[in-house]
Amino acid sequence: METSVLNLPEREYLLPGNRTCAGCGLSIAYRYILKALEGNAIVAVPASCLTVLHGMYPTTSVLIPCVNVAFPSTAASASGLVAGLKALGRTDITVVGFAGDGGTHDIGIQALSGAAERGADFIYICYDNEAYMNTGTQRSSSTPLGAKTATTPVLGKQQHLKDMPRIMEAHSVSYIATACPSYPADLYDKMRKAKTKKGTRYIHISTPCPPGWIFPTKDTVKMGRLAVETGMVTLYEMEDGVFRLTGRSRSVAERGKLKPVGDYIKLQGRFAGISADNLKELQTWVNSRWAGYLKRA
Amino acid sequence: MAGKKTESLIITGNQAAAIGAKMSRVQVIAAYPITPQSPVTEGLSQFVEMGELKAEYVTVESEHSALSVCITASTVGARAFTATSANGLAYMCEQLHWAAGARLPLVLACVNRAMAAPWNILNDQQDAMSQRDTGWIQIYARDNQEILDSIIQAYKIAETVYVPVMVCYDGYILSHTVMPVEIPRQKDVDRFLPRYKPHTILDPSDPRNLNQVTLANPRLNSIGSLCHGYMELRYLLQEAIEGCSETIVAVDREFGETFGRSWGGMTWSYRLEDADLILMAAGSLATQATVAADELRAQGYRAGVLGLRVYRPFPKQDLIEATSKAGLVLVFDKSISYGNEGPICSDLKSALYRSKSRPVVHGYICGLGGRDIKVRELTEAAIRSLLWVRETESAKPTEWLNCQI
Amino acid sequence: MGTRDCKHISAMASPSIGEAGRTGEWRTSRPVIDHSRCIPVRKNKPSCFLCWLYCPEAVIKRDIPIQIDLTYCKGCGICAEECPSGAITMVAENDYVER
Repeated sequence: METSVLNLPEREYLLPGNRTCAGCGLSIAYRYILKALEGNAIVAVPASCLTVLHGMYPTTSVLIPCVNVAFPSTAASASGLVAGLKALGRTDITVVGFAGDGGTHDIGIQALSGAAERGADFIYICYDNEAYMNTGTQRSSSTPLGAKTATTPVLGKQQHLKDMPRIMEAHSVSYIATACPSYPADLYDKMRKAKTKKGTRYIHISTPCPPGWIFPTKDTVKMGRLAVETGMVTLYEMEDGVFRLTGRSRSVAERGKLKPVGDYIKLQGRFAGISADNLKELQTWVNSRWAGYLKRA
Repeated sequence: MAGKKTESLIITGNQAAAIGAKMSRVQVIAAYPITPQSPVTEGLSQFVEMGELKAEYVTVESEHSALSVCITASTVGARAFTATSANGLAYMCEQLHWAAGARLPLVLACVNRAMAAPWNILNDQQDAMSQRDTGWIQIYARDNQEILDSIIQAYKIAETVYVPVMVCYDGYILSHTVMPVEIPRQKDVDRFLPRYKPHTILDPSDPRNLNQVTLANPRLNSIGSLCHGYMELRYLLQEAIEGCSETIVAVDREFGETFGRSWGGMTWSYRLEDADLILMAAGSLATQATVAADELRAQGYRAGVLGLRVYRPFPKQDLIEATSKAGLVLVFDKSISYGNEGPICSDLKSALYRSKSRPVVHGYICGLGGRDIKVRELTEAAIRSLLWVRETESAKPTEWLNCQI
Repeated sequence: MGTRDCKHISAMASPSIGEAGRTGEWRTSRPVIDHSRCIPVRKNKPSCFLCWLYCPEAVIKRDIPIQIDLTYCKGCGICAEECPSGAITMVAENDYVER
């Protein structure tokens, strides 16, 4: 049976009254990740918005065990959980490392590369809000070209983002998927599939961020949808190296075409005043990346 | 006495450390290569691959990750071990704070080596001394037997007070030098060191969140109990470390009863009963100082040695008592707190502030970056210091031994 | 009574609703439902539930009729924006009159 809004599990593991900003894309994603994990998991979380979501001692807003860890150490910390559980004979628990784009693309990439090369048995989730949102929206290596951040305040970022799933692909991990909270069933199914695999698994989730991207809180789901429909984000999975477009990206590929990138960025304050050159370059980059996906699909 | 039927091997300090970790039945090992530590974890990987030790050996890509693995392995209830030296220990610095702050009873073998820049792979104690304020207990071993024994003791101490322990020993001087070492029987070790019982365990059946953001002030939990603020958690760590001297002494005593050897607890002494002149140091240098003390005695001086086994917690009361009858204490530091003096020297002076009978304390910096220290240099330093006390009113500045500037 | 009585030796937290307090107090506008326009009510069977699906706070119940826990709803407005039948309207808290 296809997963849909009607048969997604009712039970919530994310408790109301937590500390995220209103309209948080990560919150939506986390609800479905936790549902897919069914509570039988331990998560390692570095400094990030997820730390804020989990709350402050002595109370937490999440119904699975969590260990807060040093910023660069997510994947190594997850490796430690795996090793400890294995040494104690507890192999039924899913271990998850869960970091933001800064914690993955930048400060955490060394530990992640090391763990993936070792094939450490956990699911690594990068939730990508495309800047250091928790510290006040500084540029990360996942910030797209032209976006203004606290550290690219005038000109906007002048480089393209780093394609993290491709870097993970180079590690030959057993499962890679991209996802977006605007498509919860797609995200849920990918988490369920990841759970059945062994070794390092990598899920990259694009999470729209109202305060960081500068759009109204009501538009989070719309922004994720537009990201996919313009090709700024593509939904796909790679099972043992075999690439497949999924969900909305697949239907766009089969029966339509991408919307112009301008439709997406005009709704976000971070792109306000983007230069014509940058906009053109961004569209060229999207087109070329999309052509690459179509070729592989 | 259990010691009668034990085996004795001629091994290096690094081999002694690996055997100590193996006999402690460590369950997770994570380490990254660095000289002169590497043979410790090479030895352990061999034990694991040969099936002699049932443990997960995680070949991490950095020291930061090595300690990260140990930290989280410990939070699910596994006994974890790592080893490093110098820049590797510095790279772990952030994680040293995490381990202590989370009160995880890890044991780390620190094979003492000089810090870069410039590169130098030889021995001094700057690496460990620079991490003294991270909330770890620090033990300095004086020979290879003490390395092995101290690692077993370290787990017992750590798992009693929930504070991580660094077992430090001098690179090359001990790490790569063979000595006879008595190997305890595994069943005696198992009796001495029970299974690790974590203070908190991560388990989906009772979800907890560890190391969360903690506010400056105490906060109520959902059932109305007042829980710590950040400062209360720091107080508890300090209380645990300051108060663990008794545990360290008791563990060493129990070790003696089980294995027929003990190491003095916090400090040890040599010919100190009637000593007027005390040579003080930590690690292998203190062993060497016993030879200098003998020579000084032969020359008519009442010399003795005060060996510092545990640097954190700093054994203030022991040191006050041990030095109360002496006129002069020479402290030989293999590291320096730049802009001040040797760390052991300044800590000793601080401890003696409340002593009724304060001896004169002279500080010497020596052996940095593997600079050889000769017994003759120690005895000559002692005689220079005695002359200074006799002939000079002013305080003697810290002297750099055999510095040819 | 000091904090020692909590018996923790490290920062170790337990789960609870409302970790950040009554987050409903953050709201500047509230979702008001016209159940007569809500698809599951009109069809009288489980359907649509996009408000439940997309709520970041998990404060909407997938029941007929749907229920929103206003104690914790932060008022982001996603439910109103995503509702295909226009059954949810965001009303400024200052203008809201209990009926």
